[in-house]
Amino acid sequence: MSNEQRDRLPISFTLNDQPMRVEIDPAERLLDVLRYRLGLTGTKEGCAEGECGACTVLLDGLPVDSCLVPAYQVRGRRVETVESLDAESLATYHASGATQCGACTPGVVMTASWIVRHPEVLGRGSVRELMAGNLCRCTGYDGIIEGIEDAIPDRGGA
Amino acid sequence: MTVLLPGSLDEALQAMASHPTALPVAGGTDLLVHWPQRPELHRQTFVDLSAVQELRPLRWTTDELVLGGLTTYWDVIEDGRVREEFPLLVEAARQIGSIQIQARGTWAGNIINGSPAADGVAALMAYDGVVVLDSTRGRSEIPLAEFYSGYKQMRRAPDELVTQIRLPRREYSVQIFEKVGSRRAQAIAKVGVTVTRSASGWRVVAHSVAPFVCRCTALERCLESEASVGSPDDLLPAIREDVSPIDDLRSSAAYRERVMARVLYYGLLEVCPSFH
Amino acid sequence: MLRREGLSKLTGRERYVDDLPVDDVLWGATVRSPEPRGRIAEIRYSPTVDWSEFVIVDHTDIPGRNAVYLIEYDQPALAPGYVRHVHEPVLLLAHPSREAVRRAAREVEVIVEPDPPVLDFRIDPGPPLVQYGVDNVLKRLSILKGDVERALSAAPIVVEGVYETGAQEHVYLETQGMLAYLDGDVLVIKGSMQCPYYVLKALKPALDRTEAGIRVIQTPTGGGFGGKEEFPSMVALHAGLLALKSGRPVKLIYDRPEDMVATTKRHPSRIRHRTGVDEDGRLLAQDIEVVMDGGAYVTLTPVVLSRSMIHAAGPYSCDNVRILGRAMFTNSVPFGAFRGFGNPQAHFALERHMDVIAHTLGMDPAELRRINLIRDGQTTATGQVIRDGVDRIRNLDRALELSGVERRRREHWLFNAEHRYLRRGIGMAAFYHGAGFTGRGEVMLDSRVQVEGRADGRAEVLCASVEMGQGQITAFVQLAAARLHYDPDDILIAEPDTQRVPDSGPTVGSRTVMVVGRLVERACDDLRRRLGLGEGLGGDELKRAIADWHASHPGERLLGSARYEPPPGIAWDEEHYRGDAYGAFGWAAQVAEVEVDLRTYEVQVRDFVSVQDVGTVINPTLARGQVQGGVAQGISWALLEHCAFQNGALANGQLTNYLIPTSADLPPIRVEFSEVPYEHGAQGAKGIGELPLVGSAPAVLNAVAVAVGRQPTEIPLTPERLMALLDDPVPPAKRRESDL
Ligand SMILES: Cc1cc2nc3c(=O)[nH]c(=O)nc-3n(C[C@H](O)[C@H](O)[C@H](O)COP(=O)(O)OP(=O)(O)OC[C@H]3O[C@@H](n4cnc5c(N)ncnc54)[C@H](O)[C@@H]3O)c2cc1C
Ligand code: FES
Repeated sequence: MSNEQRDRLPISFTLNDQPMRVEIDPAERLLDVLRYRLGLTGTKEGCAEGECGACTVLLDGLPVDSCLVPAYQVRGRRVETVESLDAESLATYHASGATQCGACTPGVVMTASWIVRHPEVLGRGSVRELMAGNLCRCTGYDGIIEGIEDAIPDRGGA
Repeated sequence: MTVLLPGSLDEALQAMASHPTALPVAGGTDLLVHWPQRPELHRQTFVDLSAVQELRPLRWTTDELVLGGLTTYWDVIEDGRVREEFPLLVEAARQIGSIQIQARGTWAGNIINGSPAADGVAALMAYDGVVVLDSTRGRSEIPLAEFYSGYKQMRRAPDELVTQIRLPRREYSVQIFEKVGSRRAQAIAKVGVTVTRSASGWRVVAHSVAPFVCRCTALERCLESEASVGSPDDLLPAIREDVSPIDDLRSSAAYRERVMARVLYYGLLEVCPSFH
Repeated sequence: MLRREGLSKLTGRERYVDDLPVDDVLWGATVRSPEPRGRIAEIRYSPTVDWSEFVIVDHTDIPGRNAVYLIEYDQPALAPGYVRHVHEPVLLLAHPSREAVRRAAREVEVIVEPDPPVLDFRIDPGPPLVQYGVDNVLKRLSILKGDVERALSAAPIVVEGVYETGAQEHVYLETQGMLAYLDGDVLVIKGSMQCPYYVLKALKPALDRTEAGIRVIQTPTGGGFGGKEEFPSMVALHAGLLALKSGRPVKLIYDRPEDMVATTKRHPSRIRHRTGVDEDGRLLAQDIEVVMDGGAYVTLTPVVLSRSMIHAAGPYSCDNVRILGRAMFTNSVPFGAFRGFGNPQAHFALERHMDVIAHTLGMDPAELRRINLIRDGQTTATGQVIRDGVDRIRNLDRALELSGVERRRREHWLFNAEHRYLRRGIGMAAFYHGAGFTGRGEVMLDSRVQVEGRADGRAEVLCASVEMGQGQITAFVQLAAARLHYDPDDILIAEPDTQRVPDSGPTVGSRTVMVVGRLVERACDDLRRRLGLGEGLGGDELKRAIADWHASHPGERLLGSARYEPPPGIAWDEEHYRGDAYGAFGWAAQVAEVEVDLRTYEVQVRDFVSVQDVGTVINPTLARGQVQGGVAQGISWALLEHCAFQNGALANGQLTNYLIPTSADLPPIRVEFSEVPYEHGAQGAKGIGELPLVGSAPAVLNAVAVAVGRQPTEIPLTPERLMALLDDPVPPAKRRESDL
């Protein structure tokens, strides 16, 4: 029979390339575990309904809304948060004015970094289409789109 | 809150059998919406399907495409063959939520969530998709077109899991997926119509205009009979037979009906000689 | 210069209030009214909850006056037995578990004996509905210039129109949130806000504390747009009450649905124009009536109405103007500050109406605007003489040129004739926005800024202006660095903390760079003066002088300071609403190109050009971002953002059915600045924050009107509304008038 878990559940997964073991409450979302158990507050909650993307992290390399991921589902999987990005990889966004208030930014740069690392996904949609899961209320998106285009190898400065 | 973590399909079916009120969890993109504001859910029992490897892959047989119970939208978008043979699946998948939703949301979850606005269900239904449900008691296979009976009412027993969705491989001469949302991306459908034509005839599927995603048999008859259609309004009698749109926060019944007629008319104008 | 806190935001290191770790914290929650109006008959606590675990605060726990003070004392902090809108706060709860307090808040039932509510601001209320003054009018104002009646009766052509705008939710990505705790006797409030001193001023009377007993600190703020101008005072007061009663730190963080339904929105409006013109298109008379929905309490409504009316006649010269306006009480969640502050409503009506006039005259709408745009030496509706060297006609022409209007019109003509169901059109708007507070407002604010020379030679700017994404920190670093000839790294910007920084007024009204930035410059000058250094001196020399000063004044602080002084020659008559309403205006012209899908009635904006005169541009990247973001909010106010109200409260209070644009919904927004320096603004800058939003909605709707050959009068122009307009056999303008 499958194991049944109530209040406490130890899980292990890879977090930002490091092995991580943490005890969770099964009612917690990945977002809660990151923010309130692990203190990784870069990942934000903007809506708790999968609309705003402020909680975006990469799960096994794909962008997901961590507000919709039950924490128990990341067992044995790979999670990357904004804390894994270094300043250098963010230079184009800094220059293009991709961040204003900063609340959407951690989510934006996670989806953006996925596009930049896998430019072939642009075959599935334009940058504007692929970024539609990250709402920004400040920039009108131009600064974000430019930052991404400038970060894609071979497209730089386009 | 209690969660069961089966590691195989057998364990999952056992878990479902022994916890009659348990909810299976796939991508969580429906179940976890507004999670903090829905404390009543936190007392539920859940069965996590995510580690059930048998449910993952998407398979091809000589005459079928078989989606697994955990196949996601992104799995389909990434599959070159699906793009060729079932382009409307890709079309629908690309219009569902955002990449974040596509990466997690499953076709099975879309079916069982049972929203009248389910884009995935519409595309699957237009390809004569069949839902395969398994439980410790055995298997049932139900054509998607016969699966729903009312708003969020469907032919699934509480212990059954969707383990496959089977689509017959056919040659299609017409394939149209039209979704009208309130915004260009990441929007729930206000009106949707999906049309296919193959040797098995016309399929017209409507979503967001009835209590559940449904085949439009009057419209299909109208197309089979090659009745002359000279304007969107000519489609209204059949539409009124097939669907029953409502006013809600997202749109109005009048809009849904009229726009359904228009997208259908202009969509078919190019491909139907009886449309002019 | 790159945004000072940019990397900290991009790497997720920036800590917003919900990110702050706090030991021993309680989580707060608010119990709200279910009814729009009535007496609270009973409060029922469900027996399923152990209430002894909770801190519970009601109106009797308020030590001072039960009000969120702003302009009036009318809005209670917690309903004292009677409610006037749905979601009005009634009780506060706190508990160590966030989940427990959320759950408990649902287990309290507020039973209200309902009285009849007023829910439509356009209808005059009968006696049982009157709840404010004798007629529910929260504020009435008039602006008179020349003789409108005479000019109208003499005018060869009179064009009338009625225009309506809907409410708009700010949707700052960071929701409202406050942390309150006691530090000794001092109540510390930390949180997301635009105006630390507004919070302080609201807390003093309600908590019956002196300024020394309250310390308000702004945390990095994830967007404001006006939504964090007055509302944070309420949240801070609630968090403070819970902290005082429990003796423990309390975090009160709204989740998205609560934030959407319970906080302020942009004021809905109905504006009527009656305009006399001659055959050449010259404006002879403008008769304008502005009516706004104020909601259930006064909040900032009188000032919003005032700004709306001052701008209602637009950037045009007309000798005879009458603007009558009123803001109405309704039992709706109070409306409040939102980027533009009444002016977007005014310009939507005006600029839509200008196109209707052009259409009536069979004139090119650009030509109609060219003829009437204010030339230097002409006056606004309040009689303010404009003489700022800005070429408003050139700006309009430049925007048209950038949009390729001539070519586009030809292309559209062919396209529309051929395409089965797509229609394209191009539309424009010319507009303006006064920067800073209205009339004597800046004098009353009496803003102050200090610049401290620190022992290590660096300089720290002390002011109460805040960074909320608009770029205040970076701009002030640049201004101070330029003034002191410092490297930007040697300029520090103090955390806005009311016990450390002087009151430099609220971070609103496009005043930050122009007004407060100017004070930063003057405080820099004062610092230099205190050291006996001449005007041009700075850099290393200044650093050394500062270090020397500290060596000879151990333990003392070296502060340069500046206090607001009105520019010379400004005169405003508050009683008659005449004179110089603002020290300076930003001017702009925008052109939108749209495509309408006649199958679905959807409007897509294909291209958008904005030409702005905001004085000197301090930082091109930040300035461009302000314009693009403002335009985006304006476009979506025009097309997308529909507030569905039920009982005066938002029924679609979720991001899944209150939609703001995604990246796929917007075109690239092309921005150009024409920079005519304003001599009393920092480095010649004028306000920039609000202007771009002001003229976006009318440009879009004017383009739609061209595309579909009908005159829409109402926003948001949702597809459902456009369908009604296009398929409605009665011309809508006529139908509306008979409604009046
Ligand atoms: C922001 C956002 C945007 C969205 N946009 C769209 C859209 O545009 N179009 C659209 O159609 N949908 C949309 N959705 C809805 C959602 O993404 C889909 O319905 C998705 O397919 C659900 O799949 P899931 O795996 O995430 O389901 P889950 O949330 O895991 O489950 C959904 C339901 O299905 C049940 N279930 C899941 N798997 C099985 C199984 N194998 N057997 C039996 N029962 C099962 C669960 O118990 C639950 O009742 C959106 C959702 C969000 C949050
Ligand atoms: S918080 Fe997860 S998408 Fe908004």
